[in-house]
Amino acid sequence: MSLTELHLALLAGAPRHGYDIKQEHDSWFPDTRPLPYGQVYATLARLQRDGLAEVVETRVDGGPERTVYALTADGAARLRAWLAEPAAPTGAGAEEIVRKTVSVLHTGIDVGGFVARQRAAHLRRIRELQATPPGAGPAERLVREHLIAHLDADLRWLELATELLPSPDDQPTVRPDERKPA
Amino acid sequence: MSTVELSGVSHAYGRTQALSDVSMTVEPGEVVAVTGPSGCGKSTLLMLAAGVLRAQSGRITVAGTDLAGADDASRARFRRREVGLVLQFGQLVPDLSVRDNVALPLLLGGHRPVEARAAADGWLERVGLDVEPDTLPADLSGGQAQLAAGARALVAGPRLLLADEPTASLDATSGRALLDLLVTTTVQAGGSVVLVSHDNAVAARADREIRLRRGTVAHQVALS
Repeated sequence: MSLTELHLALLAGAPRHGYDIKQEHDSWFPDTRPLPYGQVYATLARLQRDGLAEVVETRVDGGPERTVYALTADGAARLRAWLAEPAAPTGAGAEEIVRKTVSVLHTGIDVGGFVARQRAAHLRRIRELQATPPGAGPAERLVREHLIAHLDADLRWLELATELLPSPDDQPTVRPDERKPA
Repeated sequence: MSTVELSGVSHAYGRTQALSDVSMTVEPGEVVAVTGPSGCGKSTLLMLAAGVLRAQSGRITVAGTDLAGADDASRARFRRREVGLVLQFGQLVPDLSVRDNVALPLLLGGHRPVEARAAADGWLERVGLDVEPDTLPADLSGGQAQLAAGARALVAGPRLLLADEPTASLDATSGRALLDLLVTTTVQAGGSVVLVSHDNAVAARADREIRLRRGTVAHQVALS
């Protein structure tokens, strides 16, 4: 996900200060990691530097001073251009589950245990997501369904990986100290 | 006492070994997902627990009934009394209306027809099957047949609900609603549920996963 363009989208509805943007982000994506404040302010500074957002107001409201940002015309155009392009299909193999599964396949270290633990972790997460209301509107529900579909895709891929494994009876246990030097 | 107890169960079709020395339990109120790749023995295990198949070796006790030692008539009575079964394609009786298909477990159990059909109408409504009760199964879509099978499985209040790909013919929303109804209704009444599925969203509904591979238990993990 491009955080720069996502910040543009978060600013598109109305001018906002950093705290608002963080809150809005976390309500859009309730199941993902909350957006750190530091990330918000760093991104806003970059948007301002690049002419994609501008400061339109400084509010005090009895509390700390808050700088309100709005999209510029360039920022709005960049946002429209971003949304006009489909998201790049992933598959670069850089995710942790891919790294670990491939490592397990190569090393043969506790293959069955790894598969059991990974399946349990993913299924528990799906279970948690299914058990809690996804949020108020259809957009929140879509974000939730995307996450479940992604977890499901991981599990299906893991099933494919386990089909490549030897059966428990004939599976060799390859320990690092047994490997021959290359 | 466990609702389901399999001990050292093996079963083969001709020379093809479907299950080898499988042991497992399902506790009262528990939801268990049996998962694994095609041909791993999932459906065989379900049919053995339902008393449809008789194990060639090992011991199977369901709701206190020793299925290995029971004759065909006893196993049929046991199924009618204790088990609700939902299969992938509904498997409704083709010559009976949807209403009578759902009422069938009660009719065979000796309930008065008027009561059995009233109960069937209630369950058809609860599963959300919006067709005339006199409709024949041939006129139902796959998803509608699966909803009717869900209603039939629940109508007699089974102690054990066994479901083989219970949402496979339904869209995601309808499938989730049927699954919730099957699980919640059975568990709230103190019954147990065994779900056989390829669908991870179905498996995630369980308290425990039993993973089969090549006819043996590859792993069991708690999910709740």
